[in-house]
Amino acid sequence: MNQNIIQISHLSKTYKDGTVALENINLNITDGEIIALLGPNGAGKTTLISAICGITNISSGKVTVGGYDVVENYKKTRALIGLVPQEIALQPFEKVIDVVRYSRNLFGCANDDAHIEKILRRLLLWDKKDKRIVELSGGMKRRVIIAKALSHEPKILFLDEPTAGVDVDLRFDMWELIKKLREDGTTIILTTHYIEEAEEIADRISIIDKGKIQLTEQKAELMQRLGKKVINIKLDQEIDIQLFSDEHNLSQGSDKASIIMHYSDAKKDDSLDRLLIKIKKEKYKIVNIETDEKSLEEIFLDVVGK
Amino acid sequence: MNFYAIKAIYVFEMSRTLRTLIQSIASPVISTVLYFIVFGSAIGSRMEDISDVSYGSFIVPGLILLTVCLQSISNASFSIYFPKFIGSINELLSAPVSYLELVIGFISAAVTKSMTIGLIILITASFLVDIEIKHPIWMICILFLSCVSFSLMGFIVGIWARSFEQITIIPDLIITPLVFLGGSFYSISLLPDFWQKVTLFNPVVYLISGFRWAFFGNADVYIGYSILAILVFTFTCMLIIWRIFKTGYRIKS
Repeated sequence: MNQNIIQISHLSKTYKDGTVALENINLNITDGEIIALLGPNGAGKTTLISAICGITNISSGKVTVGGYDVVENYKKTRALIGLVPQEIALQPFEKVIDVVRYSRNLFGCANDDAHIEKILRRLLLWDKKDKRIVELSGGMKRRVIIAKALSHEPKILFLDEPTAGVDVDLRFDMWELIKKLREDGTTIILTTHYIEEAEEIADRISIIDKGKIQLTEQKAELMQRLGKKVINIKLDQEIDIQLFSDEHNLSQGSDKASIIMHYSDAKKDDSLDRLLIKIKKEKYKIVNIETDEKSLEEIFLDVVGK
Repeated sequence: MNFYAIKAIYVFEMSRTLRTLIQSIASPVISTVLYFIVFGSAIGSRMEDISDVSYGSFIVPGLILLTVCLQSISNASFSIYFPKFIGSINELLSAPVSYLELVIGFISAAVTKSMTIGLIILITASFLVDIEIKHPIWMICILFLSCVSFSLMGFIVGIWARSFEQITIIPDLIITPLVFLGGSFYSISLLPDFWQKVTLFNPVVYLISGFRWAFFGNADVYIGYSILAILVFTFTCMLIIWRIFKTGYRIKS
């Protein structure tokens, strides 16, 4: 079983003006996983990342990365981490290759042009290596900040809203890149507003709201536990719903010829089976069946109470 | 020690200087040459010698220090303020770099630029007036310490500043008057007794006096006091920077 590469215990952050950004956060992140931190604006996602990376002072609590305390052994912990910030903050007049080399050196690594070339090629930036940052499009700049974060071969990668404002192609490229990095053994912590992004690539989901972790669970288990399904069975004629009244999770469709059923995998109930037998018994013919699964977005909205 | 990071910061800062060579080096040199033409040649030719030194030569140390101090503050403050302004300071804060390493990287670049400008002005001045340096090693040492101390001060200004306008407030409203009133263009012995005593509260007097001593062998104040004043100023700035990083003042939330 993989070990926890990041351990967060009773972490709190209160700003000078009294704003509580994080309150008693406890979270362990397993080596090699992709965990998505979901939460509305101002929930504390970026503050949590900033506290782990050293950008924000911690008010109380303890964070270890790779077994080292982020305050006492900050050099060791930071060397393990690559950060892709939410804001694109790049020196506008520098060349792409220079800013990526700069990041590698800043993290205590000697120049390695072969590695830099590999990253730039992987991010489709190699032909732009001598361009100045100011000449790049927004999407290309976002690729550059990812290249900078990967320049020192980090074991842990924080991606703070990596696909905010990028086009669909780039978003899919990034998803592929993230999956590839995970295959290479990189632990990835992702914050995102795009819940389908978390649904697509995360192994585990943590929902943060008002500075507190509301829920942390394996994505598959979460979807199974809270992801209710809806099944719409269209029949060949109008039905008398009273015939099916022994099933409490049923309703009649607006066309009077449909039965709408809510059920969950987790309950392992046999209500669907019973319904189909009843339809057959009452001599109805099934014309069409549609199913709809509750998305992670709906689960998220349920958890944060919106 | 993360030497790769120190070198990276240094090289990055120096490449910015080379990219903006005209504004980094040429403009302070041109403005200093104008000072020499106006004060050294035009007005200076009608002035009496001060302590057996022609007025044109007398103002050389003051002019060098005037430019070097302002450039040190300007270079160092901009170098840390700009990453703050665009947000790239977060990369510095999240890197495995100690505060000392950060300061060494930025300050050594600012000092290199200021020292270069100071030496270029000295060479330029040697074409315009007669210059004799009695204590060249001390001259280099005092110039170096001046660059370091004012670069440290500039670093503090850059962290303190919340706008580009604030970066210029300290050099324009405090340093320039102190340098001008600190004997750049005159010996404080020419002032009435009362103003001589008042002037001794101006720390820049010790700097200029010491630097002038290195050139001509005579000074307004004892050279030991000058060295002490520079060292005290340098260590005070270092102490403030240490405190800034310890508390995260205006760089960490």
